Amino acid sequence: MTDQTTAPATSGPAPASARKGTGPSPRDLAARAASREAAEPHPAGDTEPSRSRPGAAPPAGARPAPPSGDRAREPGPASGTEMTGAAALVATLERLGVDVVFGIPGGAILPLYDPLFDSPSVRHILVRHEQGAGHAATGYAQATGRPGVCMATSGPGATNLVTPLADAYMDSVPVVAITGQVSTGLIGTDGFQEADISGITLPITKHNFLVTNAADIPRTVAEAFHVAATGRPGPVLVDVAKDALQSTTEFRWPPTFDLPGYHPVTRPHSRQVREAARLIAAASRPVLYVGGGVIKAGASQELLELAELTGIPVVTTLMGRGGFPSSHRQNLGMPGMHGTVAAVGALQKSDLLITLGARFDDRVTGKLDTFAPGAAVVHADIDPAEISKNRRADVPIVGDCREVITELIAAVGAEQQTGRRPDLTAWWSQLEAWRSTYPLGYAEPDDGSLAPQYVIERIGQIAGPDAIYVAGVGQHQMWAAQFISHERPGHWLNSGGLGTMGYAVPAAMGAKVASPGATVWAIDGDGCFQMTNQELATCAVEGIPVKIAIINNGNLGMVRQWQTLFYNERYSNTDLDRSHAADSPPPAGRPHGGTPQDGAPQDGAPLDGAPLDSAPQDGAPRQAPVSAGGGTRIPDFVKLAEAYGCAGLRCSDAASVDAVIEEAMRITDRPVVVDFVVHRDAMVWPMVAAGTSNDDIIVARNMAPDWDVTE
Amino acid sequence: MNRHTLSVLVENKPGVLVRIAGLFSRRGFNIDSLAVGPTEHPEISRMTIVVDCADHPLEQVTKQLNKLINVLKIVELEPAASVQRELLLIKVRADLENRSRVLETVTLFRAKVIDVAQDAVTVEATGNRDKLDALIRVLEPFGIKELVQSGMVALGRGGRSITDRALRPVDRVADRGAAP
Repeated sequence: MTDQTTAPATSGPAPASARKGTGPSPRDLAARAASREAAEPHPAGDTEPSRSRPGAAPPAGARPAPPSGDRAREPGPASGTEMTGAAALVATLERLGVDVVFGIPGGAILPLYDPLFDSPSVRHILVRHEQGAGHAATGYAQATGRPGVCMATSGPGATNLVTPLADAYMDSVPVVAITGQVSTGLIGTDGFQEADISGITLPITKHNFLVTNAADIPRTVAEAFHVAATGRPGPVLVDVAKDALQSTTEFRWPPTFDLPGYHPVTRPHSRQVREAARLIAAASRPVLYVGGGVIKAGASQELLELAELTGIPVVTTLMGRGGFPSSHRQNLGMPGMHGTVAAVGALQKSDLLITLGARFDDRVTGKLDTFAPGAAVVHADIDPAEISKNRRADVPIVGDCREVITELIAAVGAEQQTGRRPDLTAWWSQLEAWRSTYPLGYAEPDDGSLAPQYVIERIGQIAGPDAIYVAGVGQHQMWAAQFISHERPGHWLNSGGLGTMGYAVPAAMGAKVASPGATVWAIDGDGCFQMTNQELATCAVEGIPVKIAIINNGNLGMVRQWQTLFYNERYSNTDLDRSHAADSPPPAGRPHGGTPQDGAPQDGAPLDGAPLDSAPQDGAPRQAPVSAGGGTRIPDFVKLAEAYGCAGLRCSDAASVDAVIEEAMRITDRPVVVDFVVHRDAMVWPMVAAGTSNDDIIVARNMAPDWDVTE
Repeated sequence: MNRHTLSVLVENKPGVLVRIAGLFSRRGFNIDSLAVGPTEHPEISRMTIVVDCADHPLEQVTKQLNKLINVLKIVELEPAASVQRELLLIKVRADLENRSRVLETVTLFRAKVIDVAQDAVTVEATGNRDKLDALIRVLEPFGIKELVQSGMVALGRGGRSITDRALRPVDRVADRGAAP
C-alpha cells in the first residue's frame, strides 16, 4: 500500500499532485473526475471501483457480497431454500443479474435446463452450434462490458466452446462458460461424452473450475463472474458434474468468496504516474498508443480529456478503435500491419509512447527490435505481466486505465501549471505531412466490378456511428477498421488476438441481444460467413434482426493477398468458387439448386448488375447467379438467407450500393443478409509485411512512403 | 542463463500442479527441478521451482505465475540467503570385496546406508546439488545400479516466514508497480 503511505489524505482518485497547492487546475480536474466517478453507479462497493459495472459481480476479497437492502427486488428464491444444485445454479444466475444465456442442452447438462425453463429473468437462446454460443457471449460482453454467458453439455458440447474461449482470452473479454460434466463417479473412466474440459481450457481461460458438490455451485459461479469481470477481464469456465446438478443443497446467498490468491490491482502507483507526466512534459514527439484496455476500462472520456489537454496525437489499435473518435483531429488512425502511414510513422519516429491498455502485439510492432527505436515507453496496463513483456517499459504503471488516465490528467495539469508544456508544432507538422500525403484510400477496380472498400465505407456512412459494427477476420476486417469512422467505445467488435474466422455472425447476434435498440451490422467475408452462418437460424427464430454484409470476393481474400505478394500469385486453395476457372473441373456431385443450367454464365460472363436478382425467371429453374470470379455461386447466399428465414439481398455494382444498404436498413423485422459481390483482387493497404520493420511499410504495391515529406 | 530458486505458495487444491507446470511449458520456460509438499498450513502447499533463465524471462515467469488464481505468493530465494537441499537415493554395487570402500565414501559424505543386499547397498544423501553430484561421481566407479533424486527444497535463512502474510489479502501495488 505504498499509495496510502504517500497519500494518506486522499480518499478518492485525486492524485498526490492535486494536494501540492499548485493551482486550481489540477484540483478542478481531480474534482471533475471524482464527480464523474460518483455519478456512475458502482453497485459492488468500493473494492473494485473501476471494473465493476451493473450486474457484473459481487465485490472482491474473501468476504460476502453485499446484502441487498430490498429483498423484493431480488430475483430468485430466498437464501436458505432447499433445492437441487441445478436450481441453485439458475438462482445464482438470477441473483447475479444474468439476463441472457446462449447455449445448447445435452445429456450431462440436462438437469440444469429443467429449472432454467422456468426462470423468469434468464432468457436462454438456443443456438445451432456451441461455437455460436461462445462468440455470442463474447459479442454480448463486448457491446455491454458485462460478462456474456454460454452453456454447453459435456464432451463435444464443451470442446466446441474451445475456439470462442481462446478468442475471448486473447481479446480479454469477460465470458462465463458453464458446461455439464459426466457424473463424479464416471470422471476419468472415458465415460460417454466425457472430456476433461477444465484441463483442455487451462491455457485459454483466465481461470476454470470443476464443481463436484452441489453446495459449492453458488459460490463457484459467483466467483467465476467476479474473476471474469474484474482485473484484466477474461473467460472463465465452470464445469459442473451431473450429480452435483442433481443432488440437493441449501441455497445460500450471498456466498463468501474463496479466492485468496486473486487481488487485481486497479489503482496506479502515484509516483509512477507523476514520472509519466514528467516525461510527457519533456517529450517533443509523444504519441498516445491506445489499445482495447481503454474501452474495457470505460476510459474513453478520460482519454479524450487527456488528449485534448496535451495535444498529443493518438493512434488506436484494432482493439482500441472507438476508444477515441476516429473523426477527431488528433486521431492518426490505426497503427500496425495495416495501419495508416501517419500512425505507423508516428510510432516509429516518436520519442515517447504513452501506452494505455495496449500490449505491443506483433501486428502492431512489426519486427520488434526495430519498433519505435527512439521512444521512451510509458506503459499502463491492468495486467502486470503485459508490462515489459515485449517492449521494456521505462515507466511501468499497473492499474485500470480509467484510474491511470484520471491521475495522469491531474499530474499533467500540474506540470502545465508550472509552465512545462512541450511545443508539438514541429511534430504535428510532420504528422500532418504524412497524413495528407498518404491518406487511406483505394483504387476503383478497372473492370467495373465493385470495390469492397467502397461498400464498407458506405455502410459506415449510412448506418452511422450509433450502429454496432462486427467484423470477421481478414481483408474485410481491416477495411472495416480503416474505412468506418469509429466514434464510440463498444461499437466496434472483432476478433483481434486470435483472428477467429466465423466470429462475426454469432458475435453480432450477441451484440444485438445486448443492445436490441442498436443497428448491428456484421461485416463478414464469404469465407468467414460460411464457418458459422448456421446462427442465422437462431437469429431468425429468436427474433434477433442483425444485418450481415458479406463482402463476397469468392476467395479467402487475405490469404490470397499474401499469395499474390509473397507466393508468386500461386493461389493454392484460396479460391472458394472454383467453378469459373477453365482449368479446374467443376466439382463432382454438385448439390441441386446451384447447378448451372446449360448456357448458364461461365467464364467471362458479365457480372450481374441487378441488386435483387434472386427472382425466378419465367418459371424456368432459378438461374444461378454468377459469382465474383464469373462462375456459379456455391452457395447462393441470397437463397441461403431466405432458407434461414432472413431477407436476402444482392449487390454487385457501385451504383446500387446505397439503395441496397438502405433497403437493408429498412428491414427491421428479420435478419438481413446482403451479398456484396466484390472485386476479388482488391488488397488491404498500407501493409507492413510480416516479420519486417514498420519502417518498411508499403503504401500500395511497390510504393514506400517518403518519411521526409513536408506539408 | 542463471539458476533461480522460486518458492511458490499455492492453494492446496486439485489441479494446481498442472496449472503451474502447464504455464511453464506453454510460455516456453524450462523447469529444472520441482518439489511440492504441504506446509504448516493445511490449506497451502509449497512448491520449490528451480528455473534456468535470464533475469527478464524470470520476471515474466513470475508475473505469469502471479496471475494464476491459485497462486498465493512467490518469493525468489537467493542461494546466499537460503538453505537449499536435495535428497538422493542411490543403489551402488557393493560385494564383499569393495563394500568397505563404498561405506567409507558414504561416511565421508555424511550420507547413510539405508538398505543392504548381497551385492548392493542403497545410500541416502542430502545436500545441495554440488555435493550430490560429487557423491555420484565418487560412487560411479563401483557401479551405480539405480538412482533417484528429489527436486530441491529451500527455506530462507533467519527467523522470517514467507507463509505469514500469504493467507491475508495483500495489496501488491508496491511490488507490482516497481520498475523492473
